[in-house]
Amino acid sequence: MDAKELIARRVALELRSGDLVNLGIGLPTTVANYLPPGVEVWFQSENGLIGMQALPAQGLEDESLTDAGAGFVGAIPGACSLDSCLSFGLIRGGHLDVTVLGGLQVDEAGRLANWVVPGKMVPGMGGAMDLVTGARRVIVAMTHTAKGEPKILKRCTLPLTSVRRVSLVVTELAVIEPTPDGLVLREVAPGVTAAQVVAATEARLVVSEATREMPIIETGVSRTT
Amino acid sequence: MKSKAISVQRAVEMIPDGASLMIGGFLGVGSPNRIIDGLVQQGRNRLTVIANDTARPGVGIGKLIEAKLVRKVLVSHIGTNPETQRQMIAGDLEVELVPQGTLAECIRAAGHGLGGVLTPTGIGTTVAEGKRTVEIDGQVYLLELPVRADFALVAARRADYHGNLEYALTARNFNPIMALAAATVIAEPKEIVPVGVIPPDTVVTPYVLVDYLIEMERTNGR
Repeated sequence: MDAKELIARRVALELRSGDLVNLGIGLPTTVANYLPPGVEVWFQSENGLIGMQALPAQGLEDESLTDAGAGFVGAIPGACSLDSCLSFGLIRGGHLDVTVLGGLQVDEAGRLANWVVPGKMVPGMGGAMDLVTGARRVIVAMTHTAKGEPKILKRCTLPLTSVRRVSLVVTELAVIEPTPDGLVLREVAPGVTAAQVVAATEARLVVSEATREMPIIETGVSRTT
Repeated sequence: MKSKAISVQRAVEMIPDGASLMIGGFLGVGSPNRIIDGLVQQGRNRLTVIANDTARPGVGIGKLIEAKLVRKVLVSHIGTNPETQRQMIAGDLEVELVPQGTLAECIRAAGHGLGGVLTPTGIGTTVAEGKRTVEIDGQVYLLELPVRADFALVAARRADYHGNLEYALTARNFNPIMALAAATVIAEPKEIVPVGVIPPDTVVTPYVLVDYLIEMERTNGR
């Protein structure tokens, strides 16, 4: 299992039946493949859909049924379409249970930077600022380091996406919960020690006896409802 | 009844160089592609485009960017269009980035007669620079001002003869919001049907908002 699959599998365990969930482009999208058996959630796509599912088969593409990356998707019975105001009303108004987003940096206050690298990469924030500001739970799914450099820092050096403290950070090494008392190391990945996580992290981590090994389910079912 | 249907060519002739355009669509899905092609054909330039994104080269709004017809964009995302980024870095294109939900609300505010919106999105980030904040019940909000345009170019699944519009799935996106926020609204439906075919409950954009409909292309050889 590679790092990204491990992250996606661990994030999937955070979802509860009935949740309205928005998955970001890239790694977060793959979380849908690893829902634990029996867990059924609704996926929202911010371009205007509740009830997104994977395209059932090639040849069924509808040019008006797409995800936030303009990829063709399907929709489950009970799905509904939304204009952009309603879609973001759900997000900003606290009606979205969970958003899973990628990250460039997270700091000791649990603040996320994930939308711009000034002078290098200026894609724009898209829906990220609204998602991080408004979702009930914000889960950051990202690799622990980039080219060997820590991404969990004392202070973000990149422009922030929001000043809101995110709910959880899941990496291939650890599960970290930002709290008012700092970043708490909740779990370490199988075969990884707390000391190794601390060494790969610039921010101070609160390590306690409650730190446990990351549970991973090997057999997820793809149930993108 | 005076028909609202006009050709693409006539619609584009109404749009002057330097106009500000709201253009519906999300990465090209739900964009008025025939009007966009017409703008490229007639070479309207120095345009200001207000939209979610600039799609990709060769797709939707991306065609206007490629043809260098755009002076400024107000969008939430340009990551899928390297040409937008190239023109921005070269100083040929002004890019103002706005959070997607804020962009939708600023357009809605203009269309609904509101003086602005208060949003928590962007507080404490570069988006807040130079903007007023308002505190309500202990929570700080950013005051974002209405955004309006000379023309709204919207795509719809169907229109009736009056101009009532319905939309398809994720091709809806910004279209119905923009239909309230511009001085002149031009709708490009995939189909135009007799009045009454679209049931009242499924009309999303009422006809009063639509000034012109792009007439159908004749595809059956007649």
